[in-house]
Amino acid sequence: MKEFTYARAGDAAEAAALIADRPDAVYLGGGTNLVDLMKLGVTGPGLLVDVSRLPYDRIEHRDDGSVLIGATVRNGDLAGDPGIRARFPLLAQALLAGASGQLRTVATVGGNLLQRTRCGYFQDVTKPCNKREPGTGCPAIQGAHRDLAVLGTSGHCVASHPSDMAVALVALDAVAHVRSVDGGSRTVPVAELYLLPGDTPHKETVLDHGDLITAVELPPPPHGARMRYRKVRDRWSYAFALVSVATSVSVADDGSLRDVRIALGGVAPRPWRARVAEERLRGGRPDEEALREAARAELADARPLPDNAFKVDLAIDLIVAGVRDLVARKDRA
Amino acid sequence: MRINGTPHSMTIDNRTTLLDVLRERLGLTGSKKGCDHGQCGACTVLLDGERVNSCLMFAVTAEDREIVSIEGVADLADGEALHPVQRAFLDHDGLQCGYCTPGQICSAIGALGEAGRGWPSHVTEDIAAGVADASALDAREVRERMSGNLCRCGAYNGIVEAVLEAAGAQGPQDTATAATSAAGGAR
Repeated sequence: MKEFTYARAGDAAEAAALIADRPDAVYLGGGTNLVDLMKLGVTGPGLLVDVSRLPYDRIEHRDDGSVLIGATVRNGDLAGDPGIRARFPLLAQALLAGASGQLRTVATVGGNLLQRTRCGYFQDVTKPCNKREPGTGCPAIQGAHRDLAVLGTSGHCVASHPSDMAVALVALDAVAHVRSVDGGSRTVPVAELYLLPGDTPHKETVLDHGDLITAVELPPPPHGARMRYRKVRDRWSYAFALVSVATSVSVADDGSLRDVRIALGGVAPRPWRARVAEERLRGGRPDEEALREAARAELADARPLPDNAFKVDLAIDLIVAGVRDLVARKDRA
Repeated sequence: MRINGTPHSMTIDNRTTLLDVLRERLGLTGSKKGCDHGQCGACTVLLDGERVNSCLMFAVTAEDREIVSIEGVADLADGEALHPVQRAFLDHDGLQCGYCTPGQICSAIGALGEAGRGWPSHVTEDIAAGVADASALDAREVRERMSGNLCRCGAYNGIVEAVLEAAGAQGPQDTATAATSAAGGAR
């Protein structure tokens, strides 16, 4: 492993001062992905600024129903939080569907959002990869791409985003709080945090060097929302999603969908908010035909490769089943 | 950092993982390097009482923290020669070659602590209600909660029974569930 300097920041200002003039520096959260990438030689920062002990470790349930989740809150603690479990079960389910107990103990909210794709070519430094080394090509398109993306891809990269948590956050309209090196702060909807690859797949987010995610804010859940995270994978536990879906619905008295939110995981370079399908379903009656038509419309622009074409049908089925099952559910209405 | 109750002060290369400190610097070779990528769980230790993969943690990040490895778990049980989870693994043949066992045991101790806080798992029916405590776990819950620990010998049935016993779960019913789950997993 390449040598690096290690520094632990006591507060955000110190973290910013440490990282500002060092283009080869990165923040370190729980390290469950970054340490592995350093072992693999995929990334070799000259300076690690440890932000895992910054005072962003609280989950604040506010009177208006919103929640402010500190960026250093561990995935396990967030999934275990009684308020999250009761009011945003979708988020707890997504967290519990991801990784293992050991990883959730350590992985932070901020780090989870910024984890890298598990594309085998990206993680193998002996292979070309436009994300790791721009201009070298994408062997996945002709090679092993079964786990990779079908939506939002380009001819330069077909990597998929691996996070379960981010899919739930996007469905819940979560907003990231970001502090820049000059001390300014701004908010970025998690749905807008990630860039599509285009011809610059090495640029993955809208964050600038030294930007620090300090928190993620959840707006109050829609009135009467029923929600669920459902994940399809090759084995029952401890595997990345082939396709996952985060669904939240509110049903009006007449049976129409007052509110519907759908996000897909495992199918795109970012958590994929299914706005096309939502638009078609909102206000209407969610019968099987309407659901299937909306789901097909969402996947209309999919560009599947030979070995991941199954993801298109799977995503359609999951969108349909996700809404249908929640509408049929009588509890927690 | 404190390791198994003893303070250790040392100067190390930043690149050294907690696992390598335990094994190579301190000779605590109970924690195993299986995959070295956080996929197998053989390196699992307790950090401030919670289970972590020691192979994915630079030791410098664990400064001032409390580490317990398999060599120290018996001391967590007052006056006992073995931790109840260790005893249960022996009683239920929760191992064959034993390579994954230190990680399995540390992971089980962490998992029982999580259940003791009422935390649900991916297979818990009611996420909001969670589980009452560790004794409420069944075989399905144990399998899910222990999925970060692989056993190449396939001693899983014994491991599940051992964890259930250590959890204080009631026996016969759970054993039956374990057998059903095993059959289901083989399909």
